[in-house]
Amino acid sequence: MTRHRTIATAAVAVALLASACSQGSATRSATGEDGKVTLRYFTFSAAPDHLKDLETIEKAFEKENPKVDVVVETSPFDEYFTKLQTSIAGGTAPDTFELNYENFVTYADSGTLLDLGAAGAGDDTSVYSPASLDAFKHGGKQYALPASFSTVVLFYNKDLFDKAGVAPPTADWTWAEEQEAARKLTDKKNGVYGDFQPVTFFEFYKTLKQAGGEFLSADGKKAAFDSPQGLKAARWLVDKVGTTMPTEAEIGGTADYDTNLFKSGKLAMWHNGIWQFAGLKDVPFEWDVVVEPGDASKASAVFYNAVAASATTRHGKEAYAWARFLSASDVAATTRIASSWELPPVSDQQVLSGYLKDPKPANRQAVFDSLESIALPPVVKRQQEMQDVVTEQLGEAVAGRVAVEEALKTAAADVDALLS
Amino acid sequence: MNRRGWRYALTVAVFLLPSLVPLTLYTLIPMAGSLWTSLHEWDLISEMRWVGLDNYAELIGDPGTRAAFLHTLSFIAGYLPLVYVGGLGLAVLLNRPMRGRSLLRGVYFLPVITSWVVVALMWKWLLNPAGGIVNWALGLIGVSGPGWWTDPAWAMPSIIIATAWKDLGFVMIILLAGLQAIPREYQEAAMVDGATAWRRFRHITLPLLSPSTFFVIVISLINGFQVFDQVQIMTGGGPGGATQVVVSQIYDLTFRYGRAGAASALSWLLFALVLLVTIVQIRGQRRWVTYG
Repeated sequence: MTRHRTIATAAVAVALLASACSQGSATRSATGEDGKVTLRYFTFSAAPDHLKDLETIEKAFEKENPKVDVVVETSPFDEYFTKLQTSIAGGTAPDTFELNYENFVTYADSGTLLDLGAAGAGDDTSVYSPASLDAFKHGGKQYALPASFSTVVLFYNKDLFDKAGVAPPTADWTWAEEQEAARKLTDKKNGVYGDFQPVTFFEFYKTLKQAGGEFLSADGKKAAFDSPQGLKAARWLVDKVGTTMPTEAEIGGTADYDTNLFKSGKLAMWHNGIWQFAGLKDVPFEWDVVVEPGDASKASAVFYNAVAASATTRHGKEAYAWARFLSASDVAATTRIASSWELPPVSDQQVLSGYLKDPKPANRQAVFDSLESIALPPVVKRQQEMQDVVTEQLGEAVAGRVAVEEALKTAAADVDALLS
Repeated sequence: MNRRGWRYALTVAVFLLPSLVPLTLYTLIPMAGSLWTSLHEWDLISEMRWVGLDNYAELIGDPGTRAAFLHTLSFIAGYLPLVYVGGLGLAVLLNRPMRGRSLLRGVYFLPVITSWVVVALMWKWLLNPAGGIVNWALGLIGVSGPGWWTDPAWAMPSIIIATAWKDLGFVMIILLAGLQAIPREYQEAAMVDGATAWRRFRHITLPLLSPSTFFVIVISLINGFQVFDQVQIMTGGGPGGATQVVVSQIYDLTFRYGRAGAASALSWLLFALVLLVTIVQIRGQRRWVTYG
């Protein structure tokens, strides 16, 4: 082989390598053949139980808007925001995506969201319940449209209660009754646990409110949970572990451990969200829900999810139409209700009442009752860090490495530092 | 340079291209990018904001950074001796003529080519304080096993054991090659002189193995500084932050806390440390590494 040919061969090899690389790059949304617009939608709440339901909504939207092709991408909640951030940073942000209430402020603040209020100027917003619409306003602008909300209730396995001869939970229960029942129902020899409530930030701010405490000071500049109520709430959670609830080692880092424990009939009471209803349709035992027991007062966690559009989307009009359809259309509302997905944030009580028709769980009314006294998560700019320091200190207390008082003091100091 | 010289340079350049192109695209350009990012505050979703050297100043004064470096160093302090001594022992054993030698070499090398996710999950189960095989076996001989990855004092040793187990085969294979390159005559001559097995090992094998040892230690140290996968899977930096290593901190800063600037700065601090340690090693090798 001559030298020239050697060089040429090497150059071809490089060219091949380069083209192989470029093939892998992300495909951007574009206007395809026959003028159809491809609109990407990224979501965490659909998979795995409600992909079909989302498809129903999507198909109905595409029928009304034949020029738009919605492409759904899903991710589990744990990885969702990592992926979303990375795609925004990489310039491949989805046209539309789901946001939850806790993360909304961070995104609205960053200038990455399209002002949907402007995009849909003149549209009637009375279909939304005003509270849910307000939750996604920032600086007077509507940066996202509320798409669904859900609450956390107390699930219980009726069969286990019957077998142990313990009266099932009622709406009047307080922590004391829950604790007593949990003790009676725990049967470690047979791997049966009375209670499951993760010892995390999300359970803490709620139990804190149940105990009558506040997470942040009135001006939002200081942590206020290092209080007698905070101590009571933290103890309530921490003391469950190892007595009526499995320990971290027993859980062993298994994903969905609590879901599987409840589904296998070995968990009597489970603090979890109504998004679990659909997944429990076929379990071989009787179960129901009640409003979570409170202490000084009742307080139920409510989580809002919304649809936002990327400020960089080239299809603002279509993005708004999809966000609106997903959040306010009859199809979306009835699909969510019929499949016991999360609830639609609509103001029309008639639509919501359909939710009660499904026979399982019998006490669906508890979902609406839980809305009478709600606890919303505290939201700050450095949200994730705040959540992490609280969860970490509670974990230290659970492991018995520090006293609960000490853990709260440290967490409060850490949160103060994050707020300053 | 004359015509021939240019042609020669061009030929060299073309042959370098296949490695130069990916090196530039996937290493040098991202490195420059991260240096630029490290001078900014950036949450990945907003505009970057110039902060100069603030990220570095903040990191150096931050107890979290110090803890992360300390945890990384304590990992290396446990991992390096374990993996080297273990790998050397295996190499010496499997260098002798014995039945099933090739099979055993393969068996010990298998973990090296196994995915970290698989290995970390497996060790997490083996070392499970509630019902793991290791504590069960310890129980049989009357020892009550520790809390492993749920106990801050034992979490790092858990990771060290898993990592040493996985990397043992790599050290073994390099040292085995080194052992086989030592001419038999030296050993035979020493035997004729009446040297004991230990003295032959100490004064012939070890010095002649030193180039392989040097290579293994440089590579293992760099890997040690970059420890992450197994930590992320086995402990997630816990319990109580006891295994939060530098790379975990970089990951958390970027993807959990939206502080890509600080994370980039921390990457550069880590790079500086690895570079420094490697330079010291290369300088120091003259004193103990024998070539030929």
